[in-house]
Amino acid sequence: MPQKSFSLLRRLLNRRRLLTMGFATVGGAMLARGVLAQTPDDPHASLPGRDAHGGNQLAGSIDHSRNGFDPMQLLREWETGRVSSTSDGRRIREFSITVIEREIEIAPGVKFPAWTYNGRVPGPSLRATEGDLIRIEFTNAGSHDHSIHFHGIHAARMDGVPGAGQVAPGETFIYEFEAKPFGCHLYHCHTFPLKRHLHKGLYGAFIIDPDPARHPENAAAAKSRLLGAPENAAWQEFIMVMNGFDTNFDDENEFYAINSIAFAYQKAPIPLEKDRPVRIYLINVTEFDPINSLHLHGNFFDYFDQGTSLTPTTPTIDTVMQCQAQRGILEFSFANHEPGRYMFHGHQSEFAELGWMATFDVA
Amino acid sequence: MPIRATLAIPVILITALVAIFLIARPFDFLNKGAPPGESLAVERVQLDERGIHATIRASGAESVAIAQVQVDGAYRAFSITPDRPLGYLRSATIDIPYPWVTGETHHLTFVTSTGATFEHTVEVAVSTPGKGLGDLAGLALVGLFVGFVPIVIGYGFYPALGSFGDSGREFAFSLTVGLLVFLLVDTIGEGLEAAQQAAAGFRAHLMVWLAAVLTALTLLAVGRRSGSPPEGASLALFIAIGIGAHNLGEGLAIGASFATGEIALASFLILGFALHNVTEGIAISAPIDRRAISLATLFWLAVIAGGPAIAGTMTGAFAFSPFWTALAFGIGAGAIIQVLVEICGAIFVRRPASAPWYSLASLSGFVIGVAIMYATTFLVHG
Repeated sequence: MPQKSFSLLRRLLNRRRLLTMGFATVGGAMLARGVLAQTPDDPHASLPGRDAHGGNQLAGSIDHSRNGFDPMQLLREWETGRVSSTSDGRRIREFSITVIEREIEIAPGVKFPAWTYNGRVPGPSLRATEGDLIRIEFTNAGSHDHSIHFHGIHAARMDGVPGAGQVAPGETFIYEFEAKPFGCHLYHCHTFPLKRHLHKGLYGAFIIDPDPARHPENAAAAKSRLLGAPENAAWQEFIMVMNGFDTNFDDENEFYAINSIAFAYQKAPIPLEKDRPVRIYLINVTEFDPINSLHLHGNFFDYFDQGTSLTPTTPTIDTVMQCQAQRGILEFSFANHEPGRYMFHGHQSEFAELGWMATFDVA
Repeated sequence: MPIRATLAIPVILITALVAIFLIARPFDFLNKGAPPGESLAVERVQLDERGIHATIRASGAESVAIAQVQVDGAYRAFSITPDRPLGYLRSATIDIPYPWVTGETHHLTFVTSTGATFEHTVEVAVSTPGKGLGDLAGLALVGLFVGFVPIVIGYGFYPALGSFGDSGREFAFSLTVGLLVFLLVDTIGEGLEAAQQAAAGFRAHLMVWLAAVLTALTLLAVGRRSGSPPEGASLALFIAIGIGAHNLGEGLAIGASFATGEIALASFLILGFALHNVTEGIAISAPIDRRAISLATLFWLAVIAGGPAIAGTMTGAFAFSPFWTALAFGIGAGAIIQVLVEICGAIFVRRPASAPWYSLASLSGFVIGVAIMYATTFLVHG
């Protein structure tokens, strides 16, 4: 029985057993009991830190007013622009966006030298309706060149890349294009080095609501998505930008979050009204890591990849994966659930434990 | 003006220079908003049933504020005492409730207010010995087997060596030189290693060298206070002191490595140290004239040489500081240098021309001494 004799040999070679045996022979039973008793196979060894299993959290709290943005407000805050009309009755939405370099507190006590759009990370969540004329007055108040590159349909000269809408410090550029296609999109700086300009904080949500008139076959769904429509008011809508911060600049993130502040919605759960449907605009801008994800506890959702369709691209899932710049819309309901706290988090456990963990408080 | 009064001139100039730099800060323009140079040393990590306890020390130009703590890549609740930014060479204790796993590796990451990170690895998580009597006795026992016991055993070789007459004594003397040369290199090496763990601001590596030089000079002066170099039992005493200082450092390192989970105190390891140190008994007894020494003297010499290992293991396990360990090794190296100087003096200078230092007995003693030490190091790391 070679296997048995092999395991016997292994036991004999087990250093820790030899040790106890060796000390018994030199009369060191006390030693074996005292210093050396902490062997993994000791059934009486107490479980270290038994009470500490729930301690995955940050210490302290953030002064959101000093940051100038509160994660709870950021969830629901839409920037709809200054609305006017052209002579032929077309709607114009004008936005002003300025790059500001400033320090933000991304976790209690941790200051990050961010590059921001309008002083916040993520930048303002722009919201328009399909077909609107978008005009963005972009000012670079930073010390490096910057741009805004929109994920949308536009002319090459409006692309926000070097040579087309990249703006030197102190200068201004106006981006102009039609809002299309409807969906859940994003904008970000496209100045090189790209990684640095992204992870320093230059990104934001760009949501284009469908125009119900253009989608008679799915008018109800389109109306529910249209901000300002009564059908939309029934929904609880949230903007969630999955991001991370590389605070020591080693090309790996030290903190992960949605909307920048690690564990923010874990510490202060997001209140949900049980009877109203939920819609999340989910955008992944996480730098350095190939993918990010969202997993919802105790429930499933319909997923609309990029938000460019009015019927789900992936119905009934509880985990969705996105590469960088991928985004989509999640729709779900807790109407038939018990009230309670339902977690959601990135299902890379690493990201979750480094801050991308959150909770809905369903009541 | 009396010459001595001119001393005031450089003192005044230095004071003025410091004042100008502190008040006018003439070179601030060179600092173009660069982030502060933070530096942090993790001096000691203890594990118990409540979790992980780390002692950290700041050693950079700027103060360090620990903002968050990760264990194994997850942020954890923690408390820090004192709870304020750490100034130059200030230390603090961080307590992290954590369900660590016995026998496995854990990684700590300390995130400062600027987002800089400092890492520390607990190689093998073991419960830090408590301050109970049993643990203390256990550590003392380790020290006893690492220091005292092997020296006493080493004495046993001496009568046989002496029976070979002059060449036997010569061999024993050269063997001692070989052992001590090895021990010197090893001591300095270990001292520099400990110095690397100390907060950079302490410049502990310099302290190792300085302590060695100052100790050697002091002991040389003390040894020769009667006007002639120490010989016989007196030389044996100095060898014991040197070895004792080395064993203190070794004990500190063993106790600390055990307490921090860097080594599992397996019997193999302790046995290795014991065999390695048997040679120290030979070294101490070598210069002694057999007829003129009492067993009591030999006992006390063994206490002086081996006792510090006991003090070291116990201290190291509870109050380890890499700086003090490095210093102990530096002092040990100095003490070894002193005895090497005296023994070599005896070998090279005060010997009859008829018995050259390069005799077979001498050279083989030296080579075998170094070889024994080298060979027994495998036991220590085995």
